[in-house]
Amino acid sequence: MAGLRLEGLRITRAGVPLVALEADIAPGEVLSVMGPSGSGKSTLLSAIMGTLAPSFAMTGRVRLDGCEITRQPPEARRVGILYQEELLFPHLSVGGNLAFGLPRAVRGRSARAARVAAALAEVGLAGFADRDPATLSGGQKARVALMRMLLAEPRALLLDEPFSRLDAGLRVQVREMVFARARARGLPVLLVTHDAADAAAAGGCVVELG
Amino acid sequence: MRRFAVLVALTALGPGAALSDPDPSDWQAVLEEARGQVVYWHAWGGAAATNDFIRWAGDEVAARHGVRVEHVKLADTADAVSRVLAEKTAGKDTGGAVDLIWINGPNFRAMKEAGLLFGPWAEDLPNWRFVDVDGKPAVRADFTVPTEGLESPWAMAQVVFYHDTARLPDPPRSMAALLDWAAANPGRFTYPQLPDFLGTTFLKQALYGMIEDPSVLQRPADQADYAAVTTPLWAFLDDLTPHLWRQGRAYPSSGPRQLQLMADGEIDLAISFSPGEASATIAKGQLPDTVRTLVLEGGTIGNASFVAIPYNANAKAGAMVLADFLLSPEAQARAQDPDVLGYGTVLAMDKLSPEDRARFEALELGIATLSPEELGPALPEPHPSWMRLIEADWGKRFGLAE
Amino acid sequence: MRPLRGAPLLTLLVLLGPVTAGLVGTLAPALGVFPALGGTRPSLAPMTALAAWPGLPGAVMLSVGVGLAATAISLVIVVLFVAGWQGTRAMAGLEQALAPLLSVPHAAAAFGLAFLIAPSGWIARALSPWATGWERPPDLLIVQDPLGLAMVAGLVVKEVPFLLLMTLAALPQVRPAQRMGVARALGYGPVTGWLKAVFPCVYAQIRLPVYAVLAYSMSVVDVAIILGPGTPPPLSVQVVRWMADPDLTLRFQAAAGAVLQLALVIGALGLWRLGEVVLGRLGRVWAEAGARRQGDGVLRLAGLGLAMLATGAVIAGLAGLGLWSVAGLWPFPEAWPEAISARSWLRHGPGLLAPGLETLWIAGAATALALALVLACLEAEHRFGLVPGARSLWLLYLPLLVPQVAFLPGLQAFALMAGVDMGRGAVILGHLVFVLPYVFLSLAAPWRAWDARHASVAAALGAGPGRVFRQVRLPMLLAPVLSAAAVGFAVSVGQYLPTLLIGGGRVQTLTTEAVALAAGGDRRAIAVTALAQTLVGMAGFALALAAPRILWANRRGLRAG
Repeated sequence: MAGLRLEGLRITRAGVPLVALEADIAPGEVLSVMGPSGSGKSTLLSAIMGTLAPSFAMTGRVRLDGCEITRQPPEARRVGILYQEELLFPHLSVGGNLAFGLPRAVRGRSARAARVAAALAEVGLAGFADRDPATLSGGQKARVALMRMLLAEPRALLLDEPFSRLDAGLRVQVREMVFARARARGLPVLLVTHDAADAAAAGGCVVELG
Repeated sequence: MRRFAVLVALTALGPGAALSDPDPSDWQAVLEEARGQVVYWHAWGGAAATNDFIRWAGDEVAARHGVRVEHVKLADTADAVSRVLAEKTAGKDTGGAVDLIWINGPNFRAMKEAGLLFGPWAEDLPNWRFVDVDGKPAVRADFTVPTEGLESPWAMAQVVFYHDTARLPDPPRSMAALLDWAAANPGRFTYPQLPDFLGTTFLKQALYGMIEDPSVLQRPADQADYAAVTTPLWAFLDDLTPHLWRQGRAYPSSGPRQLQLMADGEIDLAISFSPGEASATIAKGQLPDTVRTLVLEGGTIGNASFVAIPYNANAKAGAMVLADFLLSPEAQARAQDPDVLGYGTVLAMDKLSPEDRARFEALELGIATLSPEELGPALPEPHPSWMRLIEADWGKRFGLAE
Repeated sequence: MRPLRGAPLLTLLVLLGPVTAGLVGTLAPALGVFPALGGTRPSLAPMTALAAWPGLPGAVMLSVGVGLAATAISLVIVVLFVAGWQGTRAMAGLEQALAPLLSVPHAAAAFGLAFLIAPSGWIARALSPWATGWERPPDLLIVQDPLGLAMVAGLVVKEVPFLLLMTLAALPQVRPAQRMGVARALGYGPVTGWLKAVFPCVYAQIRLPVYAVLAYSMSVVDVAIILGPGTPPPLSVQVVRWMADPDLTLRFQAAAGAVLQLALVIGALGLWRLGEVVLGRLGRVWAEAGARRQGDGVLRLAGLGLAMLATGAVIAGLAGLGLWSVAGLWPFPEAWPEAISARSWLRHGPGLLAPGLETLWIAGAATALALALVLACLEAEHRFGLVPGARSLWLLYLPLLVPQVAFLPGLQAFALMAGVDMGRGAVILGHLVFVLPYVFLSLAAPWRAWDARHASVAAALGAGPGRVFRQVRLPMLLAPVLSAAAVGFAVSVGQYLPTLLIGGGRVQTLTTEAVALAAGGDRRAIAVTALAQTLVGMAGFALALAAPRILWANRRGLRAG
């Protein structure tokens, strides 16, 4: 039972139903969730991540690779997320951001630095480890954010309109990169967007909310 | 909140004497108990000269008797009274925060009447034998209130006026002359706002000059015709006030504030309770050396400064040792030095040994300080009840200028 | 996890416990109950005695008038200045000056101002005798004037920096640049546009600080003693005088006065609130009427001029104090001292060392405690959604709204009963009551404004809440955390009544020293102490400004942008 499964997921706020979703995303597949703003797309992601605000109530189950993670704290779920903004930590260097995501299991300063350097090289940013993230271009930031997430070895990836801020040329490029790496790692991906082009590029099923 | 109520009720029971209070008649035992104690001396901290003197006294008793002195600098002596009162309210009858208070007059009377003082102890101090009990009756009658050994004197003060001879070469020497001069030179005289003690003192001094029989002031005011006695005083102030600094619409907040006004050239004449203050201030470069001191014809009011020990003081023995040191000829001579404090001594010269007398004879008067002969005899302070009534009346008549 | 959940409750307890206990301790004697003075039965006698004081109407008018005037003027200056100069270099410059100005204790600023404007003061000296013909100071009632104008001025120069800081902290949340972009594009002038499009939302954010300024201005004691009238004085000063009176029966009357003071503050706050509603309505009508420019140029200049005047007065006053601290004889009308010497510093400086260290200890500890509690509250809010409602924000402000004279004497009695009196520890807790709200208010907005998705990302990267707090949020918010700490530190340094009353006089700080010396009126001694006090407060701000700059020298994303 690999993949991300949402079983009878229902989110309500003060008794008012907000989102109800049944879904099964296999490894390497993308499910696109579309809907206008306010239709509960981001709330759905929070529920899967485990960061739902206390004012929401949720029933149903979230299963990842067969295990139920509904009650687990966010940091234990191994569900990765990319937002519209890159949200690089401004107090850490580019390399520091990546190292933050790297599991503790990778031990030793030089081993960790090597993994970070390799990850940067993989997205064409070799030698950027000591840079201040604030000095990067939009496309560079997007690549760092992606690699930071992937270094944490997630078992599923959530995308919260991650391409909507990029301009047209860059957008296609980043989109391809994200989907390609998710596919390569066999990650189930849940994409939330209001842009039909994103959903089309993802190539998977499309669910309409709201 | 219930706990609060219970505690408030408990305090109504009042203090009981602690079992282990030191006995001043066994001085050796007092000295032994005092060694190692820390005495928190609550004293007005508004004058650098007295602060320096207190530090010196603290260093001396530390070296001689192993008593450490911490000067708690007060903006107002009543803060210490409040503290003891709050402690009594809270039922804290031992280990209080205040060990010794520089006190006199109304604060002493209030503490005495509220049972907030330890004693009697003062007249058992070894150095009490040098005190000029006969020549300076104020050392046993604080504003006419008998001290009964509950406080120990350490300095004499007498009302003087100081003036800048460069601007006022020929100062007025009576209240009538003061009024004439003020009318001719408006805005150049003021006095501290009551209830500052110096402001009250100015009124009492004025009253002395207008009264047929000054002895009525020695009795409580309710035993005299207060209204009739004070009528001329209010008439005088009604005449004087429009000619005061700021037309009497504002007053300096304390005695030393007048020093700054004098230095700034705002006023030409001011009242002081310390005959040596002008000299000491000139020596510090805060007043021009053209300032001189004068007393009024017919004499001026004098009183004594005391130290008292609260009933719940933590270091009573140490406090007594300090009080005794303050009475020593050495400390008294230093306090009288115009370069230090310029306070009058409470000791009788004829009771001292020749060596100790020499300490006093060696002192030089400051440039603006009057000799004891020029200072003349001190008039006794009126009973504190006069002060209260006069303060309240002044507040009604002049305290609300507009 | 458990202790964190309890943080908000503990914080409220720390704040409200002392205030409540103090109020009870004040209310009891106001109603005649004070066993140590023989008052065992409730009575209205203290209230009637208070009502019989002939100065009461004047004192009440002064308290209310000075409070309202000082608050309104400060607010107008801040609003005009920010409206006209938001995002300009003048604003950035003043922002730099703000922190040091905030750390100047009220009493020191008041002394400086008094020396500036008095008839024998610096301004008169600079103009005499060549322009004025004065060889001697004129007999003019400028300081201590019956209307309290000098006192209003003294309060305004200190409250403008405070309100300005609060406004600048609130500003980013309402995205002023975007709003102004829209307003300007619609043809509105800078000031008119700001007042119509930005101000209403900013005011909602700074409402409680404004209330705190009002309550403070109405009940301040030290500034009133230095600059305010004495015939009669404002009510708070009279209350303190009664408390200090040798006649102990006046304590009842003092307590009644303290209760009246509290009632006045509540009443004035209500009045202010009413004014808010009325002005809000009128403002909406005005905003919708469509006028594009209404004296924008003049208002802009007025805002700058007034803000410069207010800050300039504090700086000039401090310079005056600095000069006095090294002055020999300095008679009128000389604009400079006849001689310069280090005598005053040598004389008073060494004695300030011990109180200086005590000040550092107390302020450091109170600030650290406050910071820990505030961070715990904010973190609990973030983790468990324990968002304080509007009501608990009021509770937070309570120690700033309740006049100190109304609860500190009662608190002292209470502290004595609980046996926690005397000594540094109790004083630190006493300071905490006043430090905590300021730290919370300074930190809450930037803390909450932090993009919580950073936490989500970090959690997705496998970081638990503790690690997110330590490694992401705290470092990212280092600058606001440190400036909140500096504000708290400065607040602690300036506390007088809590130190005196709770410490039983045994705990001596630079401020107790300064106020004790102020009673003596020796301008040189006052200058030395006030400057020492100011320097200590400023050191905290300097550290708070410098540390993030050094630590994050290579992190553009963390510099104010």
